[in-house]
Amino acid sequence: MRYSALSLLRGGLTGHKAWARAWRDPTPKSRYDVVIIGGGGHGLTTAYYLAKVHGVRNIAVLEKGWIGGGNTGRNTTIVRSNYRLPQMQALMEFSLKLWEGMSDEINYNVMFSQRGAIFLGHSDSDMLQLAQRGDAMATAGVEAELLSRDQVRKLAPELDMSAAARRPIQGGLIQRRGGTARHDAVAWGYARAADALGVDIIQNCEVTGLTIRGGRVEAVETSKGVIGADRVGICVAGNSGRVAAMAGLRLPIESHLLQAFVSEPVKPMVNTVLMSQSLHCYISQSDKGEIVLGGNPDQYPTYSQRGSPHRIEEAAAEAMALVPALSRLRVLRAWAGTTDMSFDGAPIIDRTPVDGLYLNGGWCYGGFKATPGSGWQYAHLLAKDEAHAVAAPFRLDRFQTGRTIDENGAGPMPQAR
Amino acid sequence: MTGPFRTTSGGWVRRDKPVSFQFDARSMSGLEGDTLASALLANGVSLMGRSFKYHRPRGVLSAGVEEPNALVGVGEGARFEPNTRATDLFLYPELNARSQNAWPSLGVDFGAVNQLLAPFIPAGFYYKTFLGPPRLWKVYEHFIRAAAGLGKPPHLADIDVYERRAAFCDVLVVGAGPAGLSAALASARSGARVVLTELDACLGGSLLGDPALIDGKPERDWINEVAAELTALGVRILTRATAFGFYDHGLVHIAERVVEPGEPPGADGLTQRRWSLRAAQVILAQGAIERPLPFANNDRPGVMLSGAVRTYLHRYGVACGSRVVIAACHDDAYRTGMALAQAGVNIVALLDSRDAADVSSDLSGRAGARFPVYANAKLLSAEGGAKGLARLKAQVGGRIETFEADLAAVSGGFTPSVHLHMQAGGALDWDEARGVFTPGTGRQGQVSVGACNGEEGLASVLAQGWRAGVAASAKAGFTRNPGAPPTSDEDRAIGAVQGFTPPPGADLKKTFIDPQNDVTMFDIDLAWREGYRSVEHLKRYTTLGMATDQGKTSNLLGLARLAHHENRSAPEVGLTTFRPPFTPTTLGVWAGEDTGFDVNLLRRLPLYDVHAAYDPPWQPVGYWRRARAYLRPGETLAQAGLREARMVRTTVGVVDVSTLGKFEVSGPDAATFLEKICATSVSRLAVGRGRYTFMLREDGLVNDDGTVWRTGENRFLLTSSTGGADRMAHLMSYVRNVLHPELRVGVANVQEHYAAIAVAGPRSRAVIGRAVSGVDLPRHMSLAQGMMADTPVLVLAASYSGERAFEIYVKSDAAVQVWSALAHAAAQEGGGLYGLEALEILRIEKGHVETGGEIDGRTSAHDLRLEKMLNPRGGYLGAAGQGREAFADPDRLQFVGLESLSGPIPEGSMLVSRPGAPAQGHVTGSGVRTLSEGFIALGLLRGGRLRSGEVFVASSPTRGVHATVRVCEPHFHDLDGERYRD
Amino acid sequence: MMLILCPYCGPRALPEFSFDRPVEAITRSDADTATLVKTLFERDNPRGPSRELWRHTYGCRSWLTLTRDTATHEISDIRPLGGEA
Repeated sequence: MRYSALSLLRGGLTGHKAWARAWRDPTPKSRYDVVIIGGGGHGLTTAYYLAKVHGVRNIAVLEKGWIGGGNTGRNTTIVRSNYRLPQMQALMEFSLKLWEGMSDEINYNVMFSQRGAIFLGHSDSDMLQLAQRGDAMATAGVEAELLSRDQVRKLAPELDMSAAARRPIQGGLIQRRGGTARHDAVAWGYARAADALGVDIIQNCEVTGLTIRGGRVEAVETSKGVIGADRVGICVAGNSGRVAAMAGLRLPIESHLLQAFVSEPVKPMVNTVLMSQSLHCYISQSDKGEIVLGGNPDQYPTYSQRGSPHRIEEAAAEAMALVPALSRLRVLRAWAGTTDMSFDGAPIIDRTPVDGLYLNGGWCYGGFKATPGSGWQYAHLLAKDEAHAVAAPFRLDRFQTGRTIDENGAGPMPQAR
Repeated sequence: MTGPFRTTSGGWVRRDKPVSFQFDARSMSGLEGDTLASALLANGVSLMGRSFKYHRPRGVLSAGVEEPNALVGVGEGARFEPNTRATDLFLYPELNARSQNAWPSLGVDFGAVNQLLAPFIPAGFYYKTFLGPPRLWKVYEHFIRAAAGLGKPPHLADIDVYERRAAFCDVLVVGAGPAGLSAALASARSGARVVLTELDACLGGSLLGDPALIDGKPERDWINEVAAELTALGVRILTRATAFGFYDHGLVHIAERVVEPGEPPGADGLTQRRWSLRAAQVILAQGAIERPLPFANNDRPGVMLSGAVRTYLHRYGVACGSRVVIAACHDDAYRTGMALAQAGVNIVALLDSRDAADVSSDLSGRAGARFPVYANAKLLSAEGGAKGLARLKAQVGGRIETFEADLAAVSGGFTPSVHLHMQAGGALDWDEARGVFTPGTGRQGQVSVGACNGEEGLASVLAQGWRAGVAASAKAGFTRNPGAPPTSDEDRAIGAVQGFTPPPGADLKKTFIDPQNDVTMFDIDLAWREGYRSVEHLKRYTTLGMATDQGKTSNLLGLARLAHHENRSAPEVGLTTFRPPFTPTTLGVWAGEDTGFDVNLLRRLPLYDVHAAYDPPWQPVGYWRRARAYLRPGETLAQAGLREARMVRTTVGVVDVSTLGKFEVSGPDAATFLEKICATSVSRLAVGRGRYTFMLREDGLVNDDGTVWRTGENRFLLTSSTGGADRMAHLMSYVRNVLHPELRVGVANVQEHYAAIAVAGPRSRAVIGRAVSGVDLPRHMSLAQGMMADTPVLVLAASYSGERAFEIYVKSDAAVQVWSALAHAAAQEGGGLYGLEALEILRIEKGHVETGGEIDGRTSAHDLRLEKMLNPRGGYLGAAGQGREAFADPDRLQFVGLESLSGPIPEGSMLVSRPGAPAQGHVTGSGVRTLSEGFIALGLLRGGRLRSGEVFVASSPTRGVHATVRVCEPHFHDLDGERYRD
Repeated sequence: MMLILCPYCGPRALPEFSFDRPVEAITRSDADTATLVKTLFERDNPRGPSRELWRHTYGCRSWLTLTRDTATHEISDIRPLGGEA
């Protein structure tokens, strides 16, 4: 049943008995045209666009746990495309445009809230860097706007605007189209939309091996049996290395960990997304009222999803330096996600040396905002065996060739970015 | 008497110490030892809050940190703390609490209109509507956000102090109930260093609400004696201290309330303290949390947990009602009935959902003698509202019975608190009989004892705590004989429970599972029907357990319902993970003191005060600050920078460059080592000579640059950029220790040991001549030792500005004298001080690359026109990385100069062929010619090395400015270096 | 927050240390381009025990190799680079 105010009203009058399952719970078939490993946002959007744009009808998404249970459900839900490097701009802006039509497209409200994403500048040199970023964006056709101190104060009166602050706020760079979304809804909404196009979403189905013959992938071995596939797309950021290892591949990726936390809900307090050029925290408020906070990664390889508390201490301290009234709000939940750290900070969307096996990963800390763009691009690659122009630079072999896409110029150490 | 519902005697409150407080502007009086909740109940106030979504009236459910309903805002001004649990807030004089999420008042709340809309806004309704473009959603969202949230946000900066402390112990005991006290006593007597932490204001745990004889003594005496002995044994006892996080390797974080929420602190300003405690052994004695029962309107004020009713009676001397119905599925509820009856409260009925045959006849007999007991009886619905409970409907056998009552004391059993056990990586076991999870194997050796381990009888709880205490201290190496464990005859078994299923016919739309978030049984059923069947999906879709109580009373009920639908057992359905914090913990106590101005380290170099005396505009650089210019009255920063730069070009200037990275490299293999670090040749450098150098990363891109000086046969000084110094220090250590441990070389980071002062300009020789004695002035790129202001100094003849220049290195503690002497000499020569702005103008005009500018982590030696300086013998770090094919790409971003054909060139602007065209590069540094007219800049341009003469627009759309520029070689001043050579 | 037993300083908390790289990614300074690319950019990235190079950066600054489980953070072996303390 289509979702709408009317259908909700009807549901209310009839006891909500008629709602169908958002997605089916199918038994896997013995063979699919395309098998996507990973039922996160990226995998589900891939399946959706494969079916929708490319007309592929025989698709399975395999998820070892529950869909959206990885980094899709473990981020700070920020969506923006304010990047400096043209390759990143193109990819993230492509994605942002899809965000803007998403709720309608999939008939599921993902609560994409374009409340504006602000990078705060704390010195003239910060402001210059922001101007440079903004100029790079604007020149590439991505909306960007420098904000004066007063403009920042109006948009975010909760900020400490004192000139005597350790990092006094001089202004900012806003991307008004940036904002936040309801992360879980992205997974559920695309699952429902993909399911409606015939995609089999198979949960609790862990991939245990890949059947490769003559340099070509033929099947995926899973906890629910062997599933044949013409093409297999790995889409398991956080665990890319482990799945790729089943094909004997060693990736330019380390798995690290990033934490985030939310406060108890309060009435509206922070109305934009706040990030800082000199401090490493980011602050927003969910529609429910929780202040959502994030900070630095833990900076060592781990799959534990158990973060170190000193990162929360730092992020809390930095957030409070920016918004001092946060002090008496209470941290309600903290969590951690396993991040696929590539060695230049950019993702990989490419074929692998194994025929029929593709890789989408290496999203570092920035995968959520890219969800629809990543899926669209990956679907294109899987359907045509050739990358779309937007995804073409994000090659697996760019470390061998040196054509890296290093937004921060931080070099090949994941912990340095 | 403080309030009509206060009993006449008993309890842990101080009846001789009344405390006045306010709730919603109404003045009342409670007793010392009261929580806000107990004081309100004593005053007959049962309406304490409104729910999140439907604004239903809510009273207090519990007597502890699990409270979902009774949340208030407390404190004045900068001490305002929203969402504070009235059950976890001890009275202090003039406490001022306000209800939340209600307008205009708690009693009359317009938001309650949402109750009428409830049929149309079930779980997840917002996913199904408000569709359309994002601009529409922004409109809806505005209203949704205003309706959501609970308390008002604080608006003022906190004025109180939050402290952090680290501590270590052999045994940490979490929880000071009977199990925890017993464990702590055993451990302490065995000789271990013990910390005992308790979130409540006093020790005793469940004993506070349940009198008992221990070792033949009343519980209060026993608790006091144990506390005294523990103190005497040196145990650190923390109260109002919640162990909220159990992290790796025995680290437990504890938040200690020094004063209550909103309470003005003492003279030290301290409000909360966070302990980072490393414990060799951890004993968890966190107790258990009682669950409510599912029936319609089970969220009404007047419906309370059975154990909580008993706690209010025994601990606080408050009778929560006068006509009570007790409903439960286990033996423990009978104790509530007996206790209330003892206190003279009218028990209307005790409803036991079990068959009569399943209840011990002794128990039902004793109870039945005091009040009516019904077997096979389940509550169906409550009736009442903001003013309180009116009546209860129950299914008794096959009939429906109605009971007039103002209090329902309910219990669906007890959930062991396994939170910290699971945070520590522990596994869980499933107790099928009671339908609860209990702690399984612990990954960090943590042990759970007492009710949090599923233990019931007081005697066995005490014994279990004792055994764990002995074992933990033994593991930590302490084996003194602790004597005999405490004992008790109290039987506290509660019997098997099955309190998860609502009776047939109950209105599931009004049967609340998570009362704060207004999640009903119907919502859970709906989510399941719609396919949100993983426990995490269910939780996230319905928001079950996501409220400020973190699902302490609700999670298991939701899980049981899911298991019922799935026709599987709860552990098969799964349990969501417990993560820190155990209870919500303020950001303030997380941040401690390192916030506000102290959020980042500020290092002050020796000349900081000298600069500060000029009150210059500062530039933050790494940990430091540097003076940007020394402004004259009426000057702008740009004017001052240009004046200072011209001064350097025409006379002489003195600048502080102390933040530069500095490394002393010494040993027989020092030159060999430096040839691995530096991409230029070093070994042929003669003693007393220096040269420009740069370093690569392993991947072949340029990392940093600086100068290298041979101060002796086996001794070098290497400088690097300010921002790159930490990186270089790490890299040099890596090469020295990891890659080439065989080299006989030592590296000392002397960045802050030496101050560095540059003297530049045509009159620099004269300044050095005046100020430095005993030295022949070194030739360009040579060095000399001399004396200045009675201090040995190192004089390096190196030019960054493009003028004849010297850098004076001096030990930090003598920097001020040396600076004064140089500044004085410069003034005598007609020059003066200059700052970072002038330094940048001079650099750009001279065409030097800069780390953070052209050296941006993406440029190669060739991109920066440095390839001719590469050591042809190779062998340096990064040599191999340069062999990758992209390094030969012709369209890389390469270092260029830019001359303006119009006005100033905006720094950071993009280089485009025409407005609207794609970017081909960008401006990295913008300046002016110092001695003639014209605006110039440095930049990175695609294939720029071969594009001299081409014209571009340097466009800054964000600032609305642009300039027409012509590409040129990146040198604008003294191309042949005549001005600084000898 | 891990507790790391520095062979020189005793047990110290994580923030004093910095992870550098897995031992497998240590690349000799005279490696050719092909070798460099392979060691620096192709990783096992195991879930489970991993041999890693760390430094006690904000302590004694010594380099340490440790065997650490990336799933549980258990450190089963720690030693100064190249041998015993």
